[in-house]
Parts: sequence; C-alpha cells; structure tokens
Amino acid sequence: MGSYILRRILYAFPLLMGVNVLTFLLFFIVNTPDDMARMQLGQKHVTQEAIDKWKSERGYDMPLLWNDQETGGERLTETIFYKKSVGLFLFRFGRSDSGRNIGSDIRQRMWPSLAIAVPSLILGLLANISFAVMLVFFRTTYLEFWGVIGCVVLMSISALFYIISGQFLVGKLLQMVPISGYDTGLQAIKFIILPVLIGVASGIGAGTRWYRTLFLEEVEKDYVRTARAKGLTETRMLFTHVLRNAMIPILTGVVVVLPTLFMGSLITESFFSIPGLGSYTIDAISRQDFAIVRSMVFLGSVLYIFGLLLTDISYTLVDPRVRLS
Amino acid sequence: MDRWVIFWTDGLVFLLVCAVILLILRIRSKEHLRRPWRKVVTNKVGMVSAVVLGFFLLIGLADTIHFKPILDNSQQSQNTYSSEPISLFDWWVTPLRIREEKTYSAPFSWRLYAKENIVSADGSKIWGYPRLKYGAAHLADPSSERSTDLVKIGLLGAAKGLVLFAVVVAFLVAVRSWRTKAKFVSSLAEIYGNRSGVPWCAMFTTLLILLMGGYAIAELSFKYHVLGTDKVGQDVFYQSLKSIRTGMVIGTLTTLVMLPFALILGIFAGYYRGWVDDLIQYLYTTLNSIPGVLLIAASILVVQVYMSNHEEDFANIAIRADTRLLFLCMILGLTSWTGLCRLLRAETMKLREMEYVQAARALGVKNTSILSRHILPNVFHIVLISVVLDFSGLVLAEAVLSYVNIGVDPTTNSWGNMINGARLEMAREPIVWWSLAAAFLFMFALVLAANLFADGVRDAFDPRRAQ
Amino acid sequence: MDSFFSVKDLKTCFGRGESSVVAVDGVSFDIDHGKTFALVGESGSGKSVTALSALRLLPPNGRILQGSVLLDGVDLFEYPESQMCQVRGRRIAMIFQDPMTSLNPVMTIGRQISESLNIHASLDDSEVRRRVLDLMNQVEIPAAERRFDEFPHQMSGGQRQRVVIAIALASEPQLLIADEPTTALDVTVQAQILKLLVSIQKFNGMALWLITHDLGIVDEIADKIAVMRRGEIVEQASRDSFFASPQHPYSRKLFEVLPSMEDLHSGAEGSANPLLNVEDFKVYYPIRKGLFKRTVGYVKAVDQVSFSLQKGQTLALVGESGCGKTTLGKGLLHLIPNSGGIVRFDGHSLNDLAADEFRQVRSQMQLIFQDPFSSMNPRLLVGEIIEEGMRTLVTDMSQAERQDRVATLLEQVGLSADVRSRYPHEFSGGQRQRICIARALAVKPRLIVCDEPTSALDVSVQAQIIALLKDLQERDGLSYLFISHDLAVVAEMADYVAVMNQGCIVEMGNAEQVLRTPEQDYTSRLLEAVPKLNRGRAPLNL
Repeated sequence: MGSYILRRILYAFPLLMGVNVLTFLLFFIVNTPDDMARMQLGQKHVTQEAIDKWKSERGYDMPLLWNDQETGGERLTETIFYKKSVGLFLFRFGRSDSGRNIGSDIRQRMWPSLAIAVPSLILGLLANISFAVMLVFFRTTYLEFWGVIGCVVLMSISALFYIISGQFLVGKLLQMVPISGYDTGLQAIKFIILPVLIGVASGIGAGTRWYRTLFLEEVEKDYVRTARAKGLTETRMLFTHVLRNAMIPILTGVVVVLPTLFMGSLITESFFSIPGLGSYTIDAISRQDFAIVRSMVFLGSVLYIFGLLLTDISYTLVDPRVRLS
Repeated sequence: MDRWVIFWTDGLVFLLVCAVILLILRIRSKEHLRRPWRKVVTNKVGMVSAVVLGFFLLIGLADTIHFKPILDNSQQSQNTYSSEPISLFDWWVTPLRIREEKTYSAPFSWRLYAKENIVSADGSKIWGYPRLKYGAAHLADPSSERSTDLVKIGLLGAAKGLVLFAVVVAFLVAVRSWRTKAKFVSSLAEIYGNRSGVPWCAMFTTLLILLMGGYAIAELSFKYHVLGTDKVGQDVFYQSLKSIRTGMVIGTLTTLVMLPFALILGIFAGYYRGWVDDLIQYLYTTLNSIPGVLLIAASILVVQVYMSNHEEDFANIAIRADTRLLFLCMILGLTSWTGLCRLLRAETMKLREMEYVQAARALGVKNTSILSRHILPNVFHIVLISVVLDFSGLVLAEAVLSYVNIGVDPTTNSWGNMINGARLEMAREPIVWWSLAAAFLFMFALVLAANLFADGVRDAFDPRRAQ
Repeated sequence: MDSFFSVKDLKTCFGRGESSVVAVDGVSFDIDHGKTFALVGESGSGKSVTALSALRLLPPNGRILQGSVLLDGVDLFEYPESQMCQVRGRRIAMIFQDPMTSLNPVMTIGRQISESLNIHASLDDSEVRRRVLDLMNQVEIPAAERRFDEFPHQMSGGQRQRVVIAIALASEPQLLIADEPTTALDVTVQAQILKLLVSIQKFNGMALWLITHDLGIVDEIADKIAVMRRGEIVEQASRDSFFASPQHPYSRKLFEVLPSMEDLHSGAEGSANPLLNVEDFKVYYPIRKGLFKRTVGYVKAVDQVSFSLQKGQTLALVGESGCGKTTLGKGLLHLIPNSGGIVRFDGHSLNDLAADEFRQVRSQMQLIFQDPFSSMNPRLLVGEIIEEGMRTLVTDMSQAERQDRVATLLEQVGLSADVRSRYPHEFSGGQRQRICIARALAVKPRLIVCDEPTSALDVSVQAQIIALLKDLQERDGLSYLFISHDLAVVAEMADYVAVMNQGCIVEMGNAEQVLRTPEQDYTSRLLEAVPKLNRGRAPLNL
C-alpha cells in the first residue's frame, strides 16, 4: 500500500506541471504582456515607454520562454516562464500587480475562509444526511414523493436568491445578526452565523437528493434482503447496514473537497464582505490583477490534487475490500 | 423588405434546432429508440414541465431571428435600414420595447417612484410623484379607476386566451383524428380519458392556465408596466422575457461545444486503453484541478483583453455582445466536458467487455465500426441524461457569473445582469424589489421546469431504474 | 393432523394496472416438522416469489393478492410488521442464491452472525462470541477464531455460503427456506453444501424447504416434491412415487431432459491432419508490484496446453470456474493476447500473423457465448446482427445475396425468416442462442468454440440447443471446441474430453474412457459431484 500512495504522490508532479503550462499558455500566449499593459493603461493613448515601464515594474520585461541575450543556464531562467510560473512550485507567489505580497495575503486571509467553510460543511452534511435518511425511511409513501419534489424545488432556486433574501429578511427585517462584515477572534461568530445558515439552506435540495440516491442504491442490494430475513426492523437495517455502507462513498466525497475549503466560496464571501480567499480572488478578477489570479489558480490546483490523494488514502483505510486485497 | 441578420449565436442555435429535428425523426423510425421516450411521455410531472418549457422555447426562438427593419423614410427612393437589428420577438412586443419611462416605477403603477418638481397646469411647482408617460396613461383618475380597469382588461385577456386555447386544442385534436382516421369526437374523448397513457388532461390544463394567464398579462402589459420599470425606465417585464433567450442559448450552445470533446475523448479512452487512456486521463485531471470559476474567469479576462485590442473587428455593440455570449458558451463548454467524459469512459470500459463487442471482434469488424455501431448507441442514454441535467445548472451559473462580471456583456439582457444591477436597489429607501423578483421568478420557473423534465428523462433512460 | 407450515391458495403479482404480472397463481402445499419439501421449477416459474411472499420480503412493486400462510395454525399474513420481524430469523429462516452479494461486504463475518443472535435474544458479548464460534464449527468453517474477524471477500464461495447458513441457523429456526443454495457454486462445492444442509437438518430436527431448478439434486434429499410452472403447482407427490412415475406431462419432460451416461461415444482415431493443432499454448498475466510496477511474476491462466482437434469432431474442455478454459478459447481466437505457443489451423501456422492477415482466418473460427442476453447488441435488429460478419469477412456478396443468406440461416437454426426485423429482447433465451448460432454460421466457419452455450438456459431448452448443434455438425462437418463445467451436457456432445485444472490439462482422451473410467483423481472428484450422473437409473413406467 505504501508504494501505491507513493506512486500517487509522484503522479501529482506531472499534473501540477500540466496545470502550470496550461495557465502559462492562458495568460501569456493568447495575450502578450504588451497587450495586458495596453489594456491596464487604457487603450488609445499609450506610448511604448509607458508600456515598458509597466512591464518592468512587474517583471514582465523578459522574453517568454527563451532568452537569447543571456548566457548558459540564464537563458532559461531569465524568462517569464521560469520566473513567474516555475516559481509557483516553491510557493513563491511574488507580488500582485498592485504591489502587495501575495503569499502573506494568502496566509492571512485563509482563516476567515475556513471559519465559514468548515461549519457549513459539517452542518450541511448533518442536515442532508438526516433528510435523506428520512426520505428513504418513508419510501413509497406520499411523504417521500412530496419530499423529492420539495428537494427539486429547493434545488431550482438560485443561490443568489438565498443570499439576497436571507440578508434582507434577517438583516433588514429581523435585524438579528449583522448582514456583512467580519471581526477577529470570538467576535467573528455573529458574523458567520448568517453565511453558514444560508450556505446550508441553499445546498439542502441538491445534497439531500444526492445522498438519497446513494442510500437507495444500497437499500436495493442483496445483503439488505438477507438482513431483513434475519428479522431486522426497518430502522435498525437502515442505520446498521445502509448508512454504514453508504458512508464510504459519502466520506470519500467529503474528503475530496476538504482541501478546497481553503479557497472559500467566492460568492458568499463577496456578498457578506468576509475578508477570505474567495473575496480576494473575486476582487482580483474584477481588478484584472493577473498575478493574484495566477497564484490562486495554482493554489487551487495544488489543493485539489491533494484532495485526490486524500481520497485514495481514505479509500484504502475505510473500505476493507481495498485495504485487505 | 427587411434585411435579415444572422448573429453567430443565432446560426448555431438554428444548427442545433436542425440537429434536434433530425434526431426526432430518427427516433421515430427506430422502435428501440422510441421505447424509453414513451416512458418520458407518460410521466405527468415531466410532461407538464415540458409544456412550460415549450413556452420558454417559443419565446427564445422568436428572439433568435434577427433582422433590420426599414426606417420609415418615404422621401428617399432607397430603403434605409435601422442600424440596430431587432428580433422577431422584439417586433412582436414593440409596445413594451419602446415605452420607456424616465426612471423607476412600481408594478402597475401610474406614477414614478421618485418625487420630482412637477409643473402643474397653473404654473406652480409641486414636489410630487409625476405621472408616467405610458403606464396607465389612458386613465383619467388612476387611483380610483385602476382596480376596475385592471380587472376589466385582465378578464378580457383571459377570455381571449380561452378562445385561443380552444382553437389550439381543436387544431391538435383535428390533426390527431386525421392521422388516426378516427372521428373528431372520438379523438376528443380519447384524449380526455388519457387513453394512450399520455397525460393530455394535465397538459391541456397547464396549457389553459398558461394561455389564459399569458394573454391576460399580455393585454395588461400594453397598458401598464406589469413588473414596473428599472433605473433607466425600461420595462422590467420586457427585460425578463428577453433574458429567456440568453439563458437558453447558454444552456444549449455550451452543450454543443462540450459534446464532441466529451464523446470522442471518453469513448477513445475507454476503448483503446493503454497510452491513449493515460493521456486523456491526464488531460482531464489537469483540467479538473483548476478551479472552475477561476478557469472561466481567466479565460474571460483573456477574451476581454483580446477584444479590447481588436476593437475594429467588433463594429457595433450588438455584435460585441453577441461575440461575448458566444465566447462564454465556448469557454463553459471547454471547461465542463470532463464530467461527461469520465462517465463515458467508465461506461465504454464496461461495454468493451460485453460479449457482443467480443463477438464483433471475432467477426473481424474494424475498431472504428465497433465504436460507431456498438459502443456509441449504447452510451447515448448517458449523454442524453447528462445534457438534460446540465441545462438547468448552466442557466443558474450564468446568474452567478454575471454577478462576478465574467458573464455576459452588460448590455445583454440576462437575469444575471438584472440581479447584479438590482442588488443595490435593495438598500434604497423605499425599496425597489421588482427587478430582482422578476429575475428570480423567471429563472426559477425555467430551472424548475427543466429539472422536473430532466428527472422524467433520467427515470426513463437510466437502465438501473428500469424494471 | 395439521401440518406445521401450510401455504394456502397464495396469489402474488408484480406491477400495477395494465402491466401487472401474476407470478404466483393459487399455490398450496404443506410441510411437516423435520421433513424436506422440494419446490422444483425452471427460472421464471415463481418458486422464489412464493418463498418471498411467505416471509413478506417482496420488493416494493410486489403485492400479495390473496391466500394465507399458516405457521402452527396461525396465519402469518395477519401479523403486523413488528411481529413479522419476530418470525423472520427466529422461527423461519431463509438463505439465498448468491453468497457474495448476500453478505454485507464491509462487516466482519463474526459481526454478521452475531447480529442474528442479538436480534432475537439478549446475551452478553462473550456468550454471543462463543455461540458464533459454535455455529461456525457446525457449518464446518475451519479456523473459526481467525475467520471471525475476516470479511466476506476474503473467503471462497463455498465458505461464504456456509456463513450464510450459519446466520440462518443462529436462532434455531423451525423451518429453513433454501432458495437455490448451490446454483452459484462450483460443482465440487455444491455436493458438500448439500450434504451439510442435510446433516444439519437431521441434527436440528428442522424442516427444510428447498427451491431448485435441478431435479437431479432433489432425489437424495427430498421427502416431498412439487413441480411449479408459470405460477402454478402442476404436480405434488412424495419422493418415491414421484420418481417412480411422474404424472404430469411437464414433470415427465423434466425427466426426459436429464442427460444420462448411456450414449457416450468416442471419436475416430486421430488422423495426421487435424483441423486444429495446439502446442504449449500459454496465456500469462503479469503481476506488477512496487513503485514502478515491475513484473514480479505471472498468473498462469493457461499454462502450456497442447491438444488436437479433428475435423468434424467435438473436443470438450471441462473444469471448474476459473480453471482457464474460457481464457483458452478466447486466446485461440485472438480476443485475448497470448503469451506463446504454436497454433496450427488446417496446417497453416497462426503465429506471427499481422492483424489483417489474421482477419482472413477469422471467418474459419467463430465463437458462441454463454449469456444469450449480453451477446447481442440490444440496439441492432436481428437481421443486422447476423449480417454483420458477412459484411466484413465475406466480401464478394451483394446486399441481396446477404439478405437471402440471413433468411436461410434463420431457417437452419429453427426460426422463421421474419425474425430478422425484430429486436433481440423480444425473444427467449433459447431463441437468442439460436440467433447467436446463426450469426456464427454466417461466415461459414469450420471450427466453432462454444463457451458454455447452454449454462444460462433452462434444462428443457438446453436439450434443443444441443440437438441443433449436433445436427449442424453432421450436416456441415463442423468441429467444436466445447467448453463447459456441466459434465452431463458434455456427455451428450463430446467425442473427446480434456479436463482442465488451474490452467493445465490434467487428463485427455476419448469421451467414453475419460467419463467412465477416469485415471486422474481430480476427474473422479468432478464426476462424483454430479448427482444426475450418479443416479444411473431411468424412471420406470414412462
């Protein structure tokens, strides 16, 4: 098993390299640094000097891939590709286009993102699984029929609606908790209540339906029939057999998103003015700050690949069929 | 004679419509393809949703035929065309389109939402709510007359809708009795009794409600602003209807872009295995690692830079907006093929070991023939389910993307843009809620109908659910 | 005296409204204490549904329309669900066909058996463990202590079925329902499990309701037999009178199709010109371990197999599942890559042929598969399926000629020509297998590899397919490589028999010689395990 894990870790490197190359192509080949400069500085009245100055300020005043003017190894290293893309591997994010240190920004902003994402995940999981179990328990009754339709209705409502109406109802009408903003330490709790609740509510429809499908797949299997033939009641059968077996795909599905929690939800953070990585990314996109967007893309990829790895490991730990073969 | 204009998105949508028609013809000819569709057609909830979707589709399609109308210029010998193309739908609802007010007004209101200095008849200035130019302009004393007027117009419209409904039903029944060579009355009885398993009653009831309600609202909308007006005075109801096309284009064109990649790569990876499989897996894992929104955002940024540096190519606003919509669909398609590809790869790997594929190999059939005759038709159901399920997700995604300013062009009518613009209005005193409500309501209706229909399709096609 | 367990006039259906199907149509029988009742019938006859109805374990779309099930005089159908849970496992237990899917894959064996005990009694943990180990010993699972903490996938099929039996016996039920308990197991294991069931029954004094399609195994076990067909019981009798003279024509048909050892035949002497000559044929799968997946060894699926097949003769390849016979068949046809060996077809070597060249040879060697349901593309018409081979391999035929040949072939296999414009799913298992035979014949092969062609078919249909294959062989001079685990069928078809075990041929020779007087131990064990053949005596008074 150890060699399997090692092999999966080694596979991550070509993946990251691929991501790097892809983003490099996306950012630098389709539009050259000159184009970028021209757009940032305004279209029409831009002199070559201004462009050059903009480029040198940000370190774009080098050739893309191959520098003829240097010698030896520097031909490769004094290029945009090396300086900008490869540096990411060492988590050297560099500076944003507005001059701030991206690395320290990331380190600072990831905590608020986690403060929202982790409770949302846990509460959401509990709510979805409970509702799904209830729907399965009452299957083939009218309760289930209306429950499923209810899930579809909840799913069809845009997430934006949940956020906006939630903010309106709770913030403006009921005025129970603040609508937006953030604070440090324990004060943060009153700021995260609303985003977490809204996050959970908007995900109930799709989540319950998905878990219900998983549970129904298990319920139709043969070993459940054997369990019933033993004399197990419906409730005991659901909890000791179906739930337990379905936890394997549920768990691995949760594990794969765990690392990406750091990235935060873009929409939630921006609506609720939470200073997390999500709003960081959105601001960078609207400001067209390529350096930040590049860094966040790379960070996101690393976290996703790490999530894949965790999933593989958790499968070997949790599923005895994989563990003991 | 008006001059027809075809945008890129228009052309592709028509291509899609042709493809769908061809597909329907093919399905009708092959019995094994008809079977699961028969199940779809007997699902009551699904078919009611299909009727609702049909309405949306009609509006969207009408909005996709563009032309430049002739300007009214009787002096000149040569016809001059207006520089802004309009669509068939625009032409149909011209009153809604051109009746713009000055600024905000509430639904069914007769006055503006903000107070202004009004010059009254005797020359004195009053600080009050000015009357709207078009909304309720036919009423002398709106505060007392409005309710009766609303009821009158509403009932009249509903009655007209009833007549239209009767005409439509009579037409359909006549067609059916002509095709089955039965008498009109017996066809009517058959349909009423849901004899063929198709829930005609439920569908016709829905059609009735939609036609009556729709006609009533249409009549009302010619006299009032049914959903109010927005900041620049444009009718909100008009905007919502126009946004239908945007939502539908995104839902369908994206699939057009995504399908070839997912199909070919997925099937090749599953069938040929070896290095082909490894390469394709590497490709989609790499693509998947990049967070979706970021990839779309980055791509849109790139497109924006490209477009702003090649301004000459995009002559007018309409073309630029349309190109941006096209690019958005392409980007969404290129970033979302991985899910379907994975499913197809897994299914192909299973099918490869099926005995009929092995029999084909033993019979010397070439690999390409095996792929097209044996594998492709047997993964079609997965493609269909995926396409239909993704539609609603894409419509919802557009709203979110527009909010982040990486969606459609701000000048394009879309629900996302409406929400984006209206969000700040919630903080106003007094509150302006109708733009937001309209956008959410329309989006909800389309997405719910699509979801329910998609469920019906999935239940019919998923072999595991089949008894 | 009232029987201990009675089913009276039971009717069960599936589905609703127009599409409802009656699966059990007025079934009645009794079972006495400690006796064995065998319910025999082919697939689809409704025997399993009867048992599921009795325990109210039907799937959601099944409904019991009428009838009563009396246990010690009390009607079980009157019980509420909570009381029914007390009956299941405690007084009536049931075991099912496939032990792999019947057990929860992520729960230990010990835990699953303990659960049965914990439901119906409250004992403390050590007592439960002791009883579980007792049960495991009773069902003859070796190394019970170790197995207690193992998972189902770590055990063989036979051992898993023993676990299933242990679970059923845990609360000492008065009636055990066994639904095809041995069908999914290997031949040698089947006999052991049956013996186990019988011995447990005698030990516990429990009644046994055995459901099976195999009349052969019923002989030694049952006290009373009922034959079921299309939801109804057509005949019910005690074992002796049933086997002495079955009354109903359907029962007689079941007897007729039991193959016997009477007409074994032996093939002609091997001529110098065999159709197929195989030397040292190998199919090895590499085992890769370690970081860089180095090949550390091989799984020898087919290990240096050599044989010859004469023209117009049938060589049967027998062995248990997993012995490599299917791999050998597919490897010969290049459907699986092989790892060496010399193969000569009609004198020409098949080695080192490029793919295109091999394609020319394909028309001479064809394959018929086991599962008639997955061996045809459900989206193609029957005519298209049969025609496909002709389009690629027989290039000098026009469209019209091909159509004609399709019609001819269909008639040759006993179907009418208008079958060709219908879809495979509209036909029964036997008819589909005929279509597959037509498909193979279309390219005029000289050798057909038949991979368990009758295993998935009902007994009465098996005989028809075998008769068809024999007819075709006589008429066209076909040679068959007949792969099967069913020795009874082999006895009908084969001229020569080769017995395979773990990739090697352990014994080969004339059919008569190998089946009547086997030389190897393994062959003897295989033969012993087939009850039908042991019976030897045909029923009197037919």
